[in-house]
Amino acid sequence: MSERLQVDMIACSAHGMCAELLPERVTLDDWGYPIVSGAPVPAELAGVAQMAVDACPVLALKLVRAQAAHAAGRRR
Amino acid sequence: MAFLRNRRPNLDELVDALERAGVHGHGGAYFPTATKLRAVAAQRERPVVVVNGSEGEPLSRKDRFLLGARTDTVLDGAFAVAEVLRADAIIIAVDHRRTRTIEAVQAALAGRPELEQHGAPVVEVIGVPDGYVTGQESSLVNFLGGHEAKPTATPPYVFERGLRGRPTLVSNVETFAQIGRVAAGTFDGSRHITVSGAVPDPAVVQIRPGTTVAQALTAAGGITEEVSAVLLGGYGGTWVAMPEALGLPLDEADLRAHGLTLGAGILFTLGASRCGVAEVARVTRWMSEQSAGQCGPCVFGLRAIADGLQSLCSHNPLDGVAFTSLAQIQRWCAMVDKRGGCAHPDGVARYVRSAMDVMAEEFKDHATHGPCSRCDTSAGPGARRRAPRRTAVASGGLR
Repeated sequence: MSERLQVDMIACSAHGMCAELLPERVTLDDWGYPIVSGAPVPAELAGVAQMAVDACPVLALKLVRAQAAHAAGRRR
Repeated sequence: MAFLRNRRPNLDELVDALERAGVHGHGGAYFPTATKLRAVAAQRERPVVVVNGSEGEPLSRKDRFLLGARTDTVLDGAFAVAEVLRADAIIIAVDHRRTRTIEAVQAALAGRPELEQHGAPVVEVIGVPDGYVTGQESSLVNFLGGHEAKPTATPPYVFERGLRGRPTLVSNVETFAQIGRVAAGTFDGSRHITVSGAVPDPAVVQIRPGTTVAQALTAAGGITEEVSAVLLGGYGGTWVAMPEALGLPLDEADLRAHGLTLGAGILFTLGASRCGVAEVARVTRWMSEQSAGQCGPCVFGLRAIADGLQSLCSHNPLDGVAFTSLAQIQRWCAMVDKRGGCAHPDGVARYVRSAMDVMAEEFKDHATHGPCSRCDTSAGPGARRRAPRRTAVASGGLR
């Protein structure tokens, strides 16, 4: 089951742990907030991705199933 | 739809009729109304119906017009929806400053036969805080539930778990008016838009699909000066270049196919006597201040963009005052786009980028030569520094 990273921007408070642990998938914007790649996380990154999720102090980073993430697209 | 004339429709009949009529939400998101009704109906608990009249878009006046002057049509829709969904509560949320609108709704409710029936829903008219983000559906539901009027992360969506934890149908005032007309068999595809800017007074105009920008301007009393650019969809909308804009048909499906939208029904014209850059800077500052303050890219990004735009109207290239380059502003717009818990930053990005595209020469001129002579003349609708205009509106466009 392929998973992708999702960040709850309301919860995020720019600790930056995710970018530190998973630079392959997370970069920081000009204000220190994560820009997370929505691409599926490949098997070789699954472990470190889970570490990044666990390390987030405010639980803003999640691994979600790829389809679920799609279905949960925002509406205004 | 003959059946609809004889008795009140059931859920399937109403959903089918809405689908055939092609009714979509009028709050800006253009979500298919039939789909929303079905989604709420599929939940297990008894739902709540919310009529969203918060109208936080400063360029919009149609909701207060409809609530004040087409009150029963809006209520027809709300009661029809409540009945087919078996909702036990209807909440009509209105900007707390619109006391006359609130009174008009309360007066109309007093005469409604639905409230006499056994098992009638409880109907409340509630004043809600003014503010651009108040009307976002999770934000509104949060306020009505006793919390701050700020959006929350989705899912769950309010149709699943909203007010009091119950499935909640939140729709714009005009959407309910359209539902009312569909239920009564009088739906004709027309809608209301607010026309402002280089017209005698902001006006609510009823238009049919296909009415052009030029025709809508005529219906609003005609332009008072040359128009340099047109804004569709409000402060989260898109600027369109003149003179091409004049011939655009105001048909939402058609506009969307071209990456445009009327949003909550907004047509604004920028008069040539006003500086476009200063107007965009002023509106962006206001939108930045309207952020719910929850998401970093929105809080810091919109402020950066607003500062950058303001610098174009205040820097002096001769004395070396630092200013933000157009490329930097573009970069920040891309950086905030789709990075909030709600669509607020996306709207600002769209508004600013389209302005920089449509008024490219003006922006380049400001970046190169500094402020122009018209930079300080751009207080306008939404500025809030002016005395508020009267809320009465003209209606025209259809005979």
